Amino acid sequence: MATVNNDIKTYKGFRAITLLCLLVLYAPLVIVTIYSFNASASITNWEGLSFRWYADVFTGPESDKFKVAAFNSFTIAIMAATASTTIATLAATAMVRGGKFKLRTVSFGLISLPLMVPEIVTAVATLIFFNSIGFTRGYLTILVAHIAFCIPFAYLPISARMQGIEDSFEQAAMDLYATKRQAFTKVLMPLMAPGIISGFLLAFIVSLDDFIITNFVKGAGVETLPTAIFGSVKQGIKPNIMAISTMLLSFSIVMVTISYFVSKSDNTK
Amino acid sequence: MSERMSNAIDVRNAVKRYGDFTALKRISLTIKDNEFFTLLGPSGCGKTTLLRMIAGFEDVTEGEILLYGDEIEKLPPHQRPVNTVFQNYALFPHMTILENVAFGLEMRGKSKSEARTRAGEMLELVQLSQFAARKPSQLSGGQQQRVALARALAPQPKVLLLDEPLSALDLKLRKAMQLELKHLQRETGITFIFVTHDQEEALTMSDRIAVMSAGEMQQLGSPTEIYEQPRNMFVADFIGETNLLEVSVDQVMNGRAVCHLGGGHALTCNSVEGIGVGSKVHMSVRPERLFTTDVPVEGEALKGRVVENIFVGTDISTIVDLAEGPQFIVRTSNSERGNKRIFEPGSEIFVNMELGAGRLLVD
Repeated sequence: MATVNNDIKTYKGFRAITLLCLLVLYAPLVIVTIYSFNASASITNWEGLSFRWYADVFTGPESDKFKVAAFNSFTIAIMAATASTTIATLAATAMVRGGKFKLRTVSFGLISLPLMVPEIVTAVATLIFFNSIGFTRGYLTILVAHIAFCIPFAYLPISARMQGIEDSFEQAAMDLYATKRQAFTKVLMPLMAPGIISGFLLAFIVSLDDFIITNFVKGAGVETLPTAIFGSVKQGIKPNIMAISTMLLSFSIVMVTISYFVSKSDNTK
Repeated sequence: MSERMSNAIDVRNAVKRYGDFTALKRISLTIKDNEFFTLLGPSGCGKTTLLRMIAGFEDVTEGEILLYGDEIEKLPPHQRPVNTVFQNYALFPHMTILENVAFGLEMRGKSKSEARTRAGEMLELVQLSQFAARKPSQLSGGQQQRVALARALAPQPKVLLLDEPLSALDLKLRKAMQLELKHLQRETGITFIFVTHDQEEALTMSDRIAVMSAGEMQQLGSPTEIYEQPRNMFVADFIGETNLLEVSVDQVMNGRAVCHLGGGHALTCNSVEGIGVGSKVHMSVRPERLFTTDVPVEGEALKGRVVENIFVGTDISTIVDLAEGPQFIVRTSNSERGNKRIFEPGSEIFVNMELGAGRLLVD
């Protein structure tokens, strides 16, 4: 063909760079996953396929610690995701449907800024905040901190979704004798649902995986899965850590996949 | 019924301002019961704003809007017994076609089964019964358009508002829908208010047309009046094709004015009030009211030279340069080619005007 080929695949070194990036990103995960099925207690020598370290997670010496941590992690993640998604939905409604109001850009900045702030800064600031108001650190401080930092993660898919919904749908509903509330519940909400679900799942995963902020604001003795794993690793990496990491990884992959497909199911067209 | 009650819509001194910008400058008009009424104008003329004010999506800055005698300008949209067919249809994507059509009925408190039955009848009316269970995205543009129409008509509104509903359709489908709309209006007896920027569409369908521009009403009348007796430059130029020529008025009597064009060509045309001898005004003459000959037919034939013949399907447009004067477009229907000659470019010819075809305009 006579046309100039601008396809990036034809650029020199494209393949090599791509493979290198993929390798750096995923090789560690692949190795952890493989070695979680190792029969040996060694983390470097492969001695055959086994599920013993998965069993160890549930029945081994550290199982009680992990069970409590998992319970904390999941309850906090569910509550934090629910609360932050609710707040994010309201924020998105105001931002997208609120017309032009003063400080609109500033508001958007304030909502999404936490994504750009280094997590360690947020963590230290949150810790100082809890200390200064005399909030005893524990389960509740983790929950409050998680709700706060999950909001921007929930907000983005919801507002992106909402921007794709033309306001003529609500107008049509009201034109057809629906009150404002009915237009919201019968038309706007169902159309927003994929964004809301996607935002919820994202907030859930972010909460579940968080380490830095949690580590700062958790009280003594209260652990979530990431902090429990970290505590365990400090005493040496055992294969049960690989097993639990692999489970967490699979769970995250499933959630993110669901989130992706839900947000892609476009019912506005 | 009192005189007032028989008006579907009374717009009284309606003004719409957005900050410093005035979108509608004190519009007053009356739309009769059972009328197919069109708001026609270029984009930004305020026609959609006026429609949205009737629907309740825009506040009325000043003035009143009456629906069969009742003031409605302060009511929220869901309390106004009018329904809208939106430009992009705005069919609810998460509902089936039947649910879409039943929506308004259910919101009005009809039971689910009653609403569905009626919705089914409406779908039959627009010949889409077989698509009842589908989602809007599975229908073509023309089908979606008919669903939007069925949905808006289902609750039996007192007035149906149509916001450029045909603009997304291709020409053939648009023509078919124009007839179908007109037919539906007759059949349902509901007053239609139709917004469009397409003058041909407006002429085809409307009982009466309000021509709007820059937030003001330019002329209100039947399609024939608007086309044949444009009141001003804007209307003459916007509706159909026309020759707009600067003329000086030499003599006015009995509704006729004798004028001359640049180059000294004399012409007699219809005068309108407010035009005196000596004034320089514009004259409009439709190209189809002119014809070319190789010898002058009447005393007023204008001498010129053919520049070009353009074939436009049903007609041939001939561009003629008058000697030392302006350019004319003469249109000859292809069906008349037996008795009217088409002259080759370069031919010296005469442009003749039917008596009463030219019309003076107040600017």
